[in-house]
Amino acid sequence: MSAQESVAVSSETAQQTPIAQKKRSAEERYYYASQRELIWWRFTRHKAAVFGAVVLIVLYLCALFADFLSPYSMDTRFEGYQAAPPTPIHWIRPDGGFQPYIYGLQRKLDQKTFKWIYTEDTSKLYPLRFFVRGEEYKFLGLFKTNIHLFGVEGAPIFVFGTDRLSRDLFSRIWAGARISLSIGLVGVFISFTLGVILGGISGYFGGVVDDAIQRVIDFLLAIPGLPLWMTLSAALPRDWPTLKMYFAITIILSVLGWTGLARVVRGKILQLREEDYTLAAIGAGASDWRIITRHLLPGFTSHLIVSITFSIPAMILNETALSFIGLGIQPPAVSWGTLLQDAQNLTAVAQQPWLLIPALFVIATVILFNFVGDGLRDAADPYQR
Amino acid sequence: MLLYIIRRLLMLIPILILMSMVAFFLIELPPGDYVSFRIQQLKMSGVEVSEDEAQRLMIQFGLDKPLPLRYWQWVSGIVLRGNWGWSLQWNKSVNEILSERIPMTMVISFSALIFSWMIAVPIGIYSATHKYSIGDYLFTFLGFIGVATPGFLLALIMAWLLFTQLGFSALGLFSKEYLDAPWSWAKFVDLLKHLWLPLILVGLSNTAGTIRVVRNNLLDELNKQYVITARAKGLSEWKLLFKYPVRMAINPLLSTVSWVLPGLVSSTVLIDIVLSLQTVGPVLLRATLAQDMYLAGSIVLILSALTVIGALIGDILLVLVDPRIRFGRLAK
Repeated sequence: MSAQESVAVSSETAQQTPIAQKKRSAEERYYYASQRELIWWRFTRHKAAVFGAVVLIVLYLCALFADFLSPYSMDTRFEGYQAAPPTPIHWIRPDGGFQPYIYGLQRKLDQKTFKWIYTEDTSKLYPLRFFVRGEEYKFLGLFKTNIHLFGVEGAPIFVFGTDRLSRDLFSRIWAGARISLSIGLVGVFISFTLGVILGGISGYFGGVVDDAIQRVIDFLLAIPGLPLWMTLSAALPRDWPTLKMYFAITIILSVLGWTGLARVVRGKILQLREEDYTLAAIGAGASDWRIITRHLLPGFTSHLIVSITFSIPAMILNETALSFIGLGIQPPAVSWGTLLQDAQNLTAVAQQPWLLIPALFVIATVILFNFVGDGLRDAADPYQR
Repeated sequence: MLLYIIRRLLMLIPILILMSMVAFFLIELPPGDYVSFRIQQLKMSGVEVSEDEAQRLMIQFGLDKPLPLRYWQWVSGIVLRGNWGWSLQWNKSVNEILSERIPMTMVISFSALIFSWMIAVPIGIYSATHKYSIGDYLFTFLGFIGVATPGFLLALIMAWLLFTQLGFSALGLFSKEYLDAPWSWAKFVDLLKHLWLPLILVGLSNTAGTIRVVRNNLLDELNKQYVITARAKGLSEWKLLFKYPVRMAINPLLSTVSWVLPGLVSSTVLIDIVLSLQTVGPVLLRATLAQDMYLAGSIVLILSALTVIGALIGDILLVLVDPRIRFGRLAK
């Protein structure tokens, strides 16, 4: 109430003297700012975190519009372009004008190694075009269209090269991004739900329930995750449809994922439960539900968001690891992990280093999430220092 | 003290029993069993398998018995005779397959832990004593990247770089000529040549995390009054640093063993698969794919059990090193 009054007073004085309003110092704004504003200000001061957040948003948008962004579908095969290197894109035409274009590719068989060697055929020049018509796809699953962001007429363009089944790696990476990036969100959503409910029960009610839940968490935390996930996902039938497999893998990864969040929730609830305002609410006869949702949860939402931000990349990595060793997402579906299966063979990678590009995407995503998480952690407690 | 250790050891028993159950039933989860896998394999190579033949295989492998009975046979074999069962896929006893591989995996996990401390503690001390220097910023940045970079993907990239740039194949733990050779000095040296890469990769994220912990703890310690007093009394900077603050700063490392170790074992398994080392990682992968349940179950159980025991050792060491910790409180 008093806060509302003071705001009303300040706006009144501000109306009276317009100059004073201008002079309203940063300090004053700091005092009137809401918790959310304070967090936002602190977050935006963390340059790496803002950078990470922006790039991640772009990545997720790219995954969402993967069909439009990539020139081909993920399993279009290009006869005669097996394991072709990334197509170099040239920018200045031979006659001097600016125009992105590529040369045609020609290949010949190396008689010694029996490998195809690709060279540019500078006699054939294909301009790079934007919003070209290509393969038909369903835009966001809503309507059919055949317009792609870029493409080349007359010759194929492989921004990241092709794999040994002559499919375009660039298109496959964006198709894989859909699964790899979303599994982090879905998985964290599942472990978040489990973690908040079980951690909340454990912290709020305490006693035997608390002990039981804590022992389960101790037990789960003591098991090395990967061997457990390997055996669990080996139990899934290989012939399940992609969507079913996707959710099964997500649930398997969440089996251990919730424990960390539950610990955070429990610790915070134990701490906040002893606060005066909670005791006051209990004294006033508020229901358990109201105390939890109105008085306890808001007290640590920011901490939860931080933990979640750090859980997402862990989830993405675990999916990549499982799919990489062949126990995760099954072909024909692609994720970054399944794309990296091709990179398991060292000699293949030595000849086609572009097969490692999906790894760079995974590493970049994980590091960016860590940037954001770090910034959020600093911002979560705006009154600190 | 002894009482504390005994109590902790007793608490291990229910955990181990639970782990053995989880391990066994996990392996039993997949629809089908080793026999159906085998029959499918035979069919693919063009051999027809009759019903009788399948039945005979089932009986031969003991798969016709009910689940609890098989579990009991497996567990009692382990406890009473130290017999981990029979690998159907390798047609060897599990003991024989794992006798060299399990120690190797644990050696890699534990040495990665020690190794990461050996690197991280000096860097942490340097960063804390040279706060906000260029070196500190550099290490903080590298540590940040290190925490986030997944070891197994880095393993892929490193293996490729070493192979193409230096012609060094990082795959495996031994060069070809030593693979089946008996242990000798030359074989040991050869092992070390291959071991450094997995050690760095497995320990990577822990190294980076430890640098942060040591730096922050040491900074806290250095601001305390006893340090100021010691300095005022004219103690040499070097002695001042190592007498108490550093000891205080590295104490928490022992208490983190219990939750760092499972992660280290996981990443060892994964990196071993990537670099195809002669450890349990690749064996576990093949065993889970082939539903070779005794082998896979044994590996999961042994790895989990050793992890729990390692964590226990960490706790006991913590009590020994830090006299402030009272057994009663910790045991509670």
